Amino acid sequence: MATESSYYVPEQSRLPIFATIGIFLTAFGAATWINGGSSYIFFAGALSMATVLWFWFAAVIKENMQGLNSDQLKRSYVWGMGWFIFSEVMFFAAFFGALYYIRTFSLPWLGGEGDRGSSNMLWEGFQNTWPLMVTPEQAVSGEAAKVVGPKGIIDPWHLPLLNTVLLLASSVTVHIAHVYLKKDKRQAFNLWLGATVALGIAFLFFQVEEYLEAYQQLGLTLESGIYGTTFFMLTGFHGAHVTLGTIMLLIMLLRSVIAHHFKPDDHFGFEAASWYWHFVDVVWVGLFIFVYVLGA
Amino acid sequence: MAHGPKPGFTRWLYTTNHKDIGSMYLWFSFAMFLLGGCMALVIRAELFQPGLQIVQPDFFNQMTTMHGLIMVFGAVMPAFVGLANWMVPMMIGAPDMALPRMNNWSFWILPFAFAMLASTLFMEGGAPNFGWTFYAPLSTEYAPPSVTFFIFAIHIMGASSIMGAINIVATILNMRAPGMTLMKMPLFVWTWLITAYLLIAVMPVLAGVVTMMLMDIHFGTSFFSAAGGGDPVLFQHVFWFFGHPEVYIMILPAFGIVSAIIPTFARKPLFGYSSMVYATASIAFLSFIVWAHHMFTVGMPIAGELFFMYATMLIAVPTGVKVFNWVTTMFRGSMTFETPMLFSIAFVILFTLGGFSGLMLAIAPADFQYHDTYFVVAHFHYVLVPGAIFSITAGVYYWLPKWTGNMYNETMGKVHFWMAFVGLNVTFFPMHFVGLAGMPRRIPDYALQFADFNQIASVGAFLFGAAQIVFLFNVIRTVKGGKKATDEVWENPEGLEWSVPSPAPYHTFSTPPVVR
Ligand code: HEM
Ligand SMILES: [Cu+2]
Repeated sequence: MATESSYYVPEQSRLPIFATIGIFLTAFGAATWINGGSSYIFFAGALSMATVLWFWFAAVIKENMQGLNSDQLKRSYVWGMGWFIFSEVMFFAAFFGALYYIRTFSLPWLGGEGDRGSSNMLWEGFQNTWPLMVTPEQAVSGEAAKVVGPKGIIDPWHLPLLNTVLLLASSVTVHIAHVYLKKDKRQAFNLWLGATVALGIAFLFFQVEEYLEAYQQLGLTLESGIYGTTFFMLTGFHGAHVTLGTIMLLIMLLRSVIAHHFKPDDHFGFEAASWYWHFVDVVWVGLFIFVYVLGA
Repeated sequence: MAHGPKPGFTRWLYTTNHKDIGSMYLWFSFAMFLLGGCMALVIRAELFQPGLQIVQPDFFNQMTTMHGLIMVFGAVMPAFVGLANWMVPMMIGAPDMALPRMNNWSFWILPFAFAMLASTLFMEGGAPNFGWTFYAPLSTEYAPPSVTFFIFAIHIMGASSIMGAINIVATILNMRAPGMTLMKMPLFVWTWLITAYLLIAVMPVLAGVVTMMLMDIHFGTSFFSAAGGGDPVLFQHVFWFFGHPEVYIMILPAFGIVSAIIPTFARKPLFGYSSMVYATASIAFLSFIVWAHHMFTVGMPIAGELFFMYATMLIAVPTGVKVFNWVTTMFRGSMTFETPMLFSIAFVILFTLGGFSGLMLAIAPADFQYHDTYFVVAHFHYVLVPGAIFSITAGVYYWLPKWTGNMYNETMGKVHFWMAFVGLNVTFFPMHFVGLAGMPRRIPDYALQFADFNQIASVGAFLFGAAQIVFLFNVIRTVKGGKKATDEVWENPEGLEWSVPSPAPYHTFSTPPVVR
């Protein structure tokens, strides 16, 4: 065989099989737990998953620092991250699509509108409004209804507006950090990246605040009919993504501060995290418009 | 760098080699094919006569559900991914897949996911019994408790598919040998590139819809419940937004395989290469705007019925382009009929037949009659069995000598083909008739007048099942030994894979090959 090979193929690796066991235990454990069993399997799975990911990323970083990663492999990582984010976009699209369908088609029909309005006969007296404060079941059964609409909804121009400002600002700060990294200004990079993480945490703090208000004062919960359903599923998945993004950026910050990782021309780990962050930001703008402003 | 495989069992657990992983995908897929096949035989045995003979209705429903899920997600999709793993790097002159460790991960998730899915058969309340399309509220309010495990199995399978697809995109776009421009890529590579995009776009939507189910079942949301302002029909929209592109995920790589085989045995270059590429891309695009042809009877506004009807019929145009090209490739070719070619020709003819019944179903007012009858079952089995399954089989026979270095037994291959060909037609052709006569799908018992055709179909099914044993036997024999294959294997076949020795070395290309 050729002694000089221009391709690098990694050796055998134990990481994937452990990752498989991790993801399997997590999924199986989650199902067991949700079905009323114990939660141990789930936590064991989540812990092993986190551990494997730790070692996996460590391995990739080490290989890169040893100069094993060709330009080609680096491009593969770039493609990989890009299309992963696209798949996330499609995940959110399913939920935005559901919201659109409910508001534009099915709720008006339930309310007796159009040529499909006959379904109103099943839910006599139901009126289509958005936000939906009185569910079809309430319209029919009154007090006896199990699915009860919310008493109030979140005002878009308070916490959500503040959160919009925070998240948009964080997209700017992470970009500035990137610019400084490319100029090899380590101190400034750390500072702006730190600011981004802080903004992310602040966002999450206010999101929790908002959820508390919804649950405790407004009677707006996951269970309060389709408004609560779409509201919490969309903002909740977004919140989960912000959490993940913040953790990613925090790890990048620690890598920079503690281990002095990243070079001006070689820092895809950071760049991938920042792409993810911009994506989370864009989703939020969609949420702010379609869930909060147009939903109020 | 090690040049050969590591010895021992851990080779398969730790491997990062696209050939190892491809083989594992293919064997896994075959195992699932047999498992799903056994379930189909339970169904056919029960339907041999009217009345309840062998199984209870609830178990019958579990069989139809699991059969569909296992065949779609366990047999057909992994088989194509396995072929992609083996062939794409060789066809584009790459050393391996772009992300080899993730590749291993994508594979190993599958056996675990399917173990979890299969384990539901032994759970209290039984396995999922709501059909492979798992419509709400059957799959939510009225589902057995095992539905939670079904949901998480779908989640991790989806993760596996998305990672697999990302890997294929990165490999194709990034690892081609110098000179391998996009429009020089073999069609199998093209169709897989487009399929991978479809996967990345719709698997997350599937994840979304099962998440909505999970929330409705366990956390009190109202996505699919009108009492809270939701709509069960919403389920069908989201599901079919995934589901229709999914059926193309199961057929586009098949197009690629046949487009490789037919020119070889017709000894003529493929007719209309670039039109094939554009047709594939148009089909993929159109597949996103036709989903509600599965829902003509749910009560859509007339504008929706019309839109989805015409959009669906439009797909017949690029599909027709493809069939035309295959036929024209064969026209005046000096054809021979080795096993891969037999399967490919059967593909062209019978897939077209399935396309025709598809067109009938696409006519909304007619579909009111056909919907949820055995006619639909006949339609999709004609596109999936002589479509997807035959193309996979053809591909295995075509490339097996390259993989193993040995020729398969041609006589046995032909026996396999004729048994499968006769078996499948005997099974599925009568279903058109009982369907048109009104026999509903997914029932364990039926009216007397359907008995004859059902009996015929059941006999065919067992013949088709037996054919697969011949296949298995032939493949194992070839892996173990047999007549040595030449490097070219066939007469002047096109493609880089034939320029390397048979069996292909563990690491195909350590330096980029030259592409003319
Ligand atoms: C010319 C192309 C095609 C057309 C016009 C077409 C049209 C249709 C229509 C209208 C239905 C819904 C029937 C009903 O439920 O009433 C249907 C069902 C189906 N088609 Fe096709 N089809 C085509 C090709 C394909 C291909 C290539 C595949 C897969 C490889 C496929 C797989 C399926 C499946 C699996 C179902 C049934 C799903 C279910 O309800 O379980 N079709 N087709
Ligand atoms: Cu379809």
